[in-house]
Amino acid sequence: LAPWVPVVGLEIHAQISSNSKLFSGSQVQFAAPPNSLVSFFDASLPGTLPVLNRRCVEAAVMTGLALNCSINKKSLFDRKHYFYADLPAGYQITQQRVPIAVNGSLSYSLCIDSKMSQMVTKTVRIKQIQLEQDSGKSLHDDTRSQTLVDLNRAGVGLMEVVMEPDMCCGEEAAAAVRELQLILQTLGSSQAVMAEGQLRVDANVSVHRPGEPYGVRTEVKNINSIRFLAKAVDYEIQRQIEELENGGTILNETRAFDSKLGCTVPMRDKEGKQDYRFMPEPNLPPLILYDAKSLPANMNHQQVINIDWIHERLPDLPSVKREKLVEQYGILPEHSFTLLNEDGLAEFYESVVKQTQMKPKKVIGWILNDLLSYLKQYSLTVKQSPVSSFLLADLLNLVEKKEISSSAAKRVLAELWKGEGKTPLEIVKEQKLELLQDQKELEQICQAVIDGQEKEVIMIVPG
Amino acid sequence: QKVSVEVLDHLEHLALVDFRDSEGVERLQKAIQFADQLHEVNTDGVEPMDSVLEDRWCLYLREDDVTEGNCIKELLENAREKVEEYFVAPPGNIPLPKLEERDTFLQGS
Repeated sequence: LAPWVPVVGLEIHAQISSNSKLFSGSQVQFAAPPNSLVSFFDASLPGTLPVLNRRCVEAAVMTGLALNCSINKKSLFDRKHYFYADLPAGYQITQQRVPIAVNGSLSYSLCIDSKMSQMVTKTVRIKQIQLEQDSGKSLHDDTRSQTLVDLNRAGVGLMEVVMEPDMCCGEEAAAAVRELQLILQTLGSSQAVMAEGQLRVDANVSVHRPGEPYGVRTEVKNINSIRFLAKAVDYEIQRQIEELENGGTILNETRAFDSKLGCTVPMRDKEGKQDYRFMPEPNLPPLILYDAKSLPANMNHQQVINIDWIHERLPDLPSVKREKLVEQYGILPEHSFTLLNEDGLAEFYESVVKQTQMKPKKVIGWILNDLLSYLKQYSLTVKQSPVSSFLLADLLNLVEKKEISSSAAKRVLAELWKGEGKTPLEIVKEQKLELLQDQKELEQICQAVIDGQEKEVIMIVPG
Repeated sequence: QKVSVEVLDHLEHLALVDFRDSEGVERLQKAIQFADQLHEVNTDGVEPMDSVLEDRWCLYLREDDVTEGNCIKELLENAREKVEEYFVAPPGNIPLPKLEERDTFLQGS
């Protein structure tokens, strides 16, 4: 029997990096006193109206362009109705009929072996990107059988990025999300830190036999890191395969990932298929975007968003940055991935290269093997490194000028890591690590060694 | 084309409306009939209208400045129950009981 074909799609919610909320002027900030960042509109008091934040629209356009989407010059807002304590209006304003961006793609890379020496590029289609409101936060107090509601997050702008079911396993899903995260951070449209809830991922998983129609899919929620995303997806694939092979069926349900147990469990409180009764948001007219050709002549700038203007100002995306690093420094593609994967590492590398005579192809080894392993060992970010690019460059110059050996340099680096303020040269002198250049002195040392080991010399030298 | 009991029950669950009695249901029926008149117009090839103001209704874009918030005192005045600046809600949604278990005139229909 042919093996099962797993199918994985993703719905990703990225919090927009902005000062104020999507439809109101209250502040966007993580971890503020409860209900302090809430306006009357956010609390859904009667008589309040939504007013769209320009910055949120720009963020969505930038993201759409970076993901090769078609930007809809006219997009619409809708209401999605459901009851929950953290949704005071009883509906979420979203874009269900015509979202701001559609039909894009995201390329990401995977290592096909564990040694990271062979990479393969994959693509996932982006179905759409829509603007929508975030809900408030519910804190469940089971002991007192109540829920505490904090509306600070209610109304914060979100970009929902829908990825088509083009992925087949946890590793692909994780790699795609990681690349999206890097793109969002490069654009600045979202800080995309999963731990702070700025990037939330729901996975849609199903399995089927090749040639047969897609199987019933389940939605997996409560995934809090990229690592857990891979685990959750792989677990769910296995669970479905086992269920089907035992003659069971898959329910079209929502499941939560339990990170402690490493499994998915059915979510309570999700009663059957939800009917959201979508309707056009009556308080908001269509969102109209312009480009160079359609720019209206006599409109206030502040009211006009020009897609082409935004396109011209897009920064280099991670894939472009990697290509430039490979081309400029002659490093391997895998190296460029690692450089971009660590916040600030690429900049650190380039800074060292500028300050040292050692060739970039040699410097990369010191960055990826030595510096990076120290950072990992002590759980430090590049910013927190006790060894600055200046110090490292200084050290590498000593190696390049053959004043010390590579292995001696590693010992110096260990000492530098202590951050005691000594320079590489000072450490070299302290530990007497200088390479001897004097031929005569070297001969004397060798002779002394030979003289001291008469027995061994006799064994080695015949006759 | 009367609205079925299943649909009425479904609406009561989704919107937490209470049709209360046959008069309420009749009012709904009449509203649907009234709106159905729209189907008499052939709208093939015509874009749906967003507003009678058409393109004179422009979406206003606000600058990304913090201008509101910090009114927790007023907001919590509306709360029946509060715990340390949080609103208090039941542990989860309390769904409307199923039709058989509800005391509603819909049961008799």
